Amino acid sequence: MTTITKRKMAYDKFTVLKSSAYPLPIENVDTDQIIPARFLKATERKGFGDNLFRDWRYNSDGSPKKDFVLNDSKYGGRILVGGKNFGSGSSREHAAWSVYDFGFRCVISSFFADIFKNNCLNVGVLPVQVSEEFSDKIFAAIEADPNTEIAVDLPSQKVSLPNGESELFQINTYKKENMLNGFDDIDYLQNMIPEIDSFAAKRPF
Amino acid sequence: MSNTLFDKVWDSHVVRQIEDGPDVFFIDRHFIHEVTSPVAFLGLESRGVGVKYPERTFATADHNTPTINQHLPVKDPLSANQLETLERNAAKYGIRHWGLGDENNGIVHVVGPEHGITLPGATIVCGDSHTSTHGAFGAIAFGIGTSEVEMVLSSQCIMQPKPKKMRININGELSFGVTPKDVALFIIAKLSTSGATGYFVEYAGDVFENMSMEGRMTVCNLSIEMGARGGMIAPDETTYSYIKGRTFAPKGDDWDIALAYWKTLKTDEGAVFDKEFNFDASEIEPMITYGTNPGMGIGISNNIPESKNIEGGKATYEKSLNYMGFSEGDAMKDKQIDYVFLGSCTNGRIEDFRAFASVIKGRKKAENVTAWLVPGSHIVEKQIREEGILNILEEAGFELRQPGCSACLAMNDDKVPAGKYAVSTSNRNFEGRQGPGSRTLLASPLMAAAAAVTGKVTDPRDLIDNNN
Repeated sequence: MTTITKRKMAYDKFTVLKSSAYPLPIENVDTDQIIPARFLKATERKGFGDNLFRDWRYNSDGSPKKDFVLNDSKYGGRILVGGKNFGSGSSREHAAWSVYDFGFRCVISSFFADIFKNNCLNVGVLPVQVSEEFSDKIFAAIEADPNTEIAVDLPSQKVSLPNGESELFQINTYKKENMLNGFDDIDYLQNMIPEIDSFAAKRPF
Repeated sequence: MSNTLFDKVWDSHVVRQIEDGPDVFFIDRHFIHEVTSPVAFLGLESRGVGVKYPERTFATADHNTPTINQHLPVKDPLSANQLETLERNAAKYGIRHWGLGDENNGIVHVVGPEHGITLPGATIVCGDSHTSTHGAFGAIAFGIGTSEVEMVLSSQCIMQPKPKKMRININGELSFGVTPKDVALFIIAKLSTSGATGYFVEYAGDVFENMSMEGRMTVCNLSIEMGARGGMIAPDETTYSYIKGRTFAPKGDDWDIALAYWKTLKTDEGAVFDKEFNFDASEIEPMITYGTNPGMGIGISNNIPESKNIEGGKATYEKSLNYMGFSEGDAMKDKQIDYVFLGSCTNGRIEDFRAFASVIKGRKKAENVTAWLVPGSHIVEKQIREEGILNILEEAGFELRQPGCSACLAMNDDKVPAGKYAVSTSNRNFEGRQGPGSRTLLASPLMAAAAAVTGKVTDPRDLIDNNN
C-alpha cells in the first residue's frame, strides 16, 4: 500500500454513485466530437459543459438537435454510457472537463481510449470499463426504462443494475485511493521532490 | 536478459514504482503550446508551486495561429489571448518560447526534431496526442492531458502505468508511389482505430530501416490513430546523421558519450512482445480514407467495404458513410473534391513538399480546388524557397502559406466548409475535424498533389514517372 502523507483534496470524493444515465451507443466517439477544437480557446477551465458534443447536440444556427440524447428530456443523471472505444483521438483534457462540467461523474464503456481514460481519472470522472455483454445489458435496461438507476460502487469496484445483475470493474489501488479521497497526482509528486531531484541530477540529457 | 528498445528507455526513467499503481516516470523534454498549457499554469499558481526544471520545457505557438499575415495582430481575440498567455507564462517561469513570428516557430512536432531537442533514449511529452512523432528517433514520446502538463511543469514527472509492448514488422521493398503515410494508413486500416490501445509500438524491418527521418516521423506520428500511446523506431546511422550539429544536440565529448549510449538502444534478440504483427511491403498501395476515423482506409484501387464485411457496429459504420456522403461499394477514384491540405505534424516537412512538387511540376492547379499548402515550420518554409520548390508551386498556380497546425484541426480561420471534401495530408478524418460539417479524405502528399491538379481523387501513380 502506498504511503500518502499530507495530501490535499483536489476534487470531489467518489464513493458510490446511484444515478440514471444517458445512453450513447455509438462506437469510436472521438474527443473532437466530445468537444470540437474551436471551443478550446479558453485559458481557464470553465464553461466547457455548454459545448459538450456541440455538433451532435446543436444545429449550426444554435438550435438543439431534438434527436440527440442530451436534448432528450426522458434521459438524465450523472452517468454517461458510451459505445466501444470511447474518447479516441486528441489528448485534449477539455473533453474530460466538458464531461465533468456537464454534470457527469462517471462514464461507462466496454472500451476506452488511453489518454481520455487517464484524463478522466485526473479530473474526478470515474471511467468504468465493463464487458461488451454487460454494456449491452445496460443499454437495453435504459432503453426499456430511461429512469433505470445504475449503481457504481467504487469501494467494491462493482456496477449494478436494478434487477440485481452486476459486474466487477478494474482500477488500480493507487488511483482508487485517489478517487475515494479526492487526491490527485500532482499532490503525490510534490511529496517526493527530493527523490526526483536526485534522479534528475543523474540524467545525461 | 533480453529487453526491448521500449523496456530499455522506459525502465531507465522510472523514479519510483508504486505497487498496484503507476510508475513515477521522469520526463527529459517537455513541449508546450498555447492550447493545452494555460490551465496547467493556473494550477501551478493556485497551488503556489513553480516550474521545477524550466530548461527542460520548450514552448511554441502553433495550434491557434493564422497562416497568412502573421506580422499583423491576431484578429480573433480568444486566439490572441491564448498566444499572449503562453508568452506571459513562458516569460514568468523562464521557459524558452518560440512565438508567432519567431524564426524558430512552427508546429511543435516539427520544430523539436529540427533543433535537436528530440534525442534517442529520451522521454518526451506534450499536451498533444501526436507527440508520438518523436518516437522516430528512438525516444519514448507520447501525448498527455493538461493535468499531466501541470505535473511535468511542477515536478518533471508524470504517473503512468507501463503500457504493453507491440512490434510491427514490415519487410521487403515498398512499391512505386507508396510513401510512409501509406504505410501508416495501411497499418491502421489493418489494426483498426483502437487496435493498439494499451500498447506502445516498435516499428521494425526493412521498410522502416530504409526510411528517411521525415518518413519515420510520419509513421510514428500516426501511432495514436490506432490507439497506441506511441510508436518508436530504433536509432541508426540515419538518426545520428540527422541529429548531428543541430542546436540542442550534444556536442564534442558529449556527442561521443551519447552516441555510445544510443548504439545500445535496440531490441535484443529473443526479447518478447505482448503482440506482434508481420506485413509484407508489397501488400501496400497508395491509401486513402473514406470514413470518419483513420482506420477507415483502403488502397486506391479498392472500393469502400460492404457493411456486412465490417467488424463492429453496423449503425456506427452507416452513420459514418452517411456523414461522408458515400455508399458501400463505391470506388474512391474519380470522386470530386473541393479542397487540398498539405501540411500538419504528419506531413508538413520538407520531404512532403518535395513529393508534392514532384507531381504538380509542369501541371496546373484544378479550377475547382482550393489548396492550402502550409509548411510545418519557418525552417521548412525557408528550405522550400531555397530548393526552388516555391517556384514550382507558384508556376502551377499554388500559394504557400505560413507555418502552423492550420486546417488539420481548424482552430484558426483555415476551415473547410460544411459538406465540402478535402484531400488532406493530416492525421484525422473525424466528423468536423477540418471545420463543422467538413469531409476529410486522408492521404499522402503524392495523392494530395494528384487531387490538386485533377480536382478529383486520383491515383498518383497515373501522373508520375516510374523512373523518378
